[in-house]
Amino acid sequence: MTKVTLIQAGGRDASGQKPEHPPSLYEKRNQIYPKLAHGKFRTFKWIVMAVTLGIYYLIPWIRWPRGAGIPDQAVLADFKGEKFYFFFLEIWPQEIYFLGGLIILAALGLFLVTSLFGRVWCGYTCPQTVWTDLYIWVERAFEGDRAARMRLDHGPMSFNKAWRKAGKHIVWLLIAFLTGGAFILYWHDAPTIARTFFTGEAPLTAYFFAGVLTFTTYALAGTMREQVCTYLCPWPRIQGALTDEHALNVTYRYDRGEPRAPHRKGESWEGRGDCIDCKQCIQVCPMGIDIRDGAQLECIHCALCIDACDDMMKKVDRPTGLIAYDTDVAVAARACGEKPRYSLLRTRTVLYAILIAAISILMLWGYTSKSTYEFNVLKDRSPPFIRLSDGRIRNGYTLKLVNKSTDARAVDVSVEGLPEMDFEIIGLGFAPDGGTLQLSTPPHGVDRFRLLVTASPQGLPARTTLTVQIKDVVTGEIAVADAPFTTGDQ
Amino acid sequence: MTDHKRDIDEVSGVETTGHSWDGIKELNNPLPRWWLYIFYGTIVWAIGYMIVMPAIPALPGMGMNNTLGISGHSDRAAVAEKVQELHTERAAAASRLVTASLSEIENDMSLQQFALAMGESAFGDNCATCHGAGGRGAKGYPMLADDIWLWDGTLDGIEYTLRHGIRHTEDPDTRRNTMPAYGRDGILTPREIDDLVQYVLNISGREADQAAVNRAAPIFATQCVTCHGADGKGNRELGAPNLTDHEWLFGGEPRDIRQTIYSARNAHMPAWQGRLDDPTIKALAVYVHSLGGGEK
Repeated sequence: MTKVTLIQAGGRDASGQKPEHPPSLYEKRNQIYPKLAHGKFRTFKWIVMAVTLGIYYLIPWIRWPRGAGIPDQAVLADFKGEKFYFFFLEIWPQEIYFLGGLIILAALGLFLVTSLFGRVWCGYTCPQTVWTDLYIWVERAFEGDRAARMRLDHGPMSFNKAWRKAGKHIVWLLIAFLTGGAFILYWHDAPTIARTFFTGEAPLTAYFFAGVLTFTTYALAGTMREQVCTYLCPWPRIQGALTDEHALNVTYRYDRGEPRAPHRKGESWEGRGDCIDCKQCIQVCPMGIDIRDGAQLECIHCALCIDACDDMMKKVDRPTGLIAYDTDVAVAARACGEKPRYSLLRTRTVLYAILIAAISILMLWGYTSKSTYEFNVLKDRSPPFIRLSDGRIRNGYTLKLVNKSTDARAVDVSVEGLPEMDFEIIGLGFAPDGGTLQLSTPPHGVDRFRLLVTASPQGLPARTTLTVQIKDVVTGEIAVADAPFTTGDQ
Repeated sequence: MTDHKRDIDEVSGVETTGHSWDGIKELNNPLPRWWLYIFYGTIVWAIGYMIVMPAIPALPGMGMNNTLGISGHSDRAAVAEKVQELHTERAAAASRLVTASLSEIENDMSLQQFALAMGESAFGDNCATCHGAGGRGAKGYPMLADDIWLWDGTLDGIEYTLRHGIRHTEDPDTRRNTMPAYGRDGILTPREIDDLVQYVLNISGREADQAAVNRAAPIFATQCVTCHGADGKGNRELGAPNLTDHEWLFGGEPRDIRQTIYSARNAHMPAWQGRLDDPTIKALAVYVHSLGGGEK
């Protein structure tokens, strides 16, 4: 922890004396050498790391056949085709609100988990945490654990130091490149881009983003590490609004631990706390903090100090759990000699759960009832109407047909709403009297046709509403759209 | 206010800028190092960029040219290359379009969509300035979406007009007719022209002074029927407009008609052959034909 000295106006500290060395407003970074922990949380974190990295690197390779001419990549943001694919989900540009819904769900999920279990996102699944953990694992493989790394860093340059450092940075860069490289797989057909990337045929953006993510991975997970969480990330600040004294956090149980003091074998445990001040919790901490100082902004709640402390408690034959997932109120209750009370069902957790359920249902309803065929009629703005040589009035329209299904579909188009009118579609000619024109639309595409409607202006107001109807030739489904028919001021 | 001696802030030990506002001073801290390094980096980048890329304009002895840089990059050449790529990509459809007849285009939905998309954008670039968006026309510039054509409303006719223009002096095949300037050239007296205006109003179904109409009848028969026909319905072969309909290219008010007879209009349209390539001209013809007035 940084020691903070309060300075009064006029440059005197609390004792009224002028400080000899004014405090610097710049805090130099202290290199952190996290020690390897052993225990159930460390094991769990290895598993989470394997799963999350596996998801990230492998998902773009999963194939999901959708039909001829449609990308078969399970997860793909297809910019050229203007579609987003996620397994069975397929989102067109006009349905982008589904992505909004997913983001809202993700945010609410984060709120709920945070108010129940604190910063588990920070501690286990945040990419910064996962990749930093991976980078520390590589560092450990080359340079050894905490003590060996400190020795190596403080020792003089030697062949041993040089190859270990070089090896570490090479593997880091390799991982960084794989990370940046995997990112672009989500935006292109993975097997194709993986090949064209190396033959120099990939688009410039692919190289650019692969480069950017290679750099950020290397810099953030390799060299910046805990500074990202402490200085760059807004989440620790948002955290303050989302957690409360009832949330389970990685907590030092001061009621049991204090007063702390070193302990020799055979000494009595009477009249003292269980904390033996061995500082193992500080040594394993990737953030370089002391959990015994209480809840703090820097703590990502990775629970490695729990593993370290439990290890020591077993060695000195005391019960484990001096550092554990606990709530502020429970620790405070125990300190007063009361029975701790845990409440998972609180106003905010219930509210978050209800909101998540409501939005999920809304999205499910929206998705299951979303149309597979869209139909729009757009009236020409210029010219608004046309007077033909025989005095009749013609209006032009653009028919826009969006076929989202994977089958070609044919529809019968009919127009109603005017007496004595006829209509034609450019390329198909005039519709027979009171009849229809048939349009066929290819699968998975957007088509535009020009519709011309002609009627005598006699007895028509300046503006009439037309009804354009399409009827699926096979299923008989019907969709209608209204459009104005204007005659000008006759 | 301003103190030129070094003023050290006693709390932080940092030099101030020497400015004081109501007793508040600004520390003159150095720029953050990372910022400074990025700034130096941009300078290094700029030097490299000047060497590699086209950079410095109008050096002595270079006229209005600029340095080319060792990469020889040129935005103009890059655009030309892209345009060439586009032409190559479109080549198959474009060559089919150039020779296709109207019925062939109408029977091939993909070819038609190709022509309409190409024609629409070319129309916006080249034609809409005069003929208006969607071919709505303006005074002196014919409406292209109706079924009234001065010369020819078939696909081939529209293509011919596009290629050779109207009264385009540099094209011997241009569509051409010349209406005499009856007033300006002294062929008719102002009085006779006034009578003719009444005659034209009469045949287009509007109120007119019958005495004047009767006086003008022989003049119309000698001067106008050659092109506009005995009934005034015009002649498309000659590009002579129909005088009996409601469509007036230069306005249908008596004074507009008078002006037309007095000094003639004889408007121009440029020939697009040579300016636009064959597929674009054909696509434009298909687009204009599709606007609503196209004839078989």
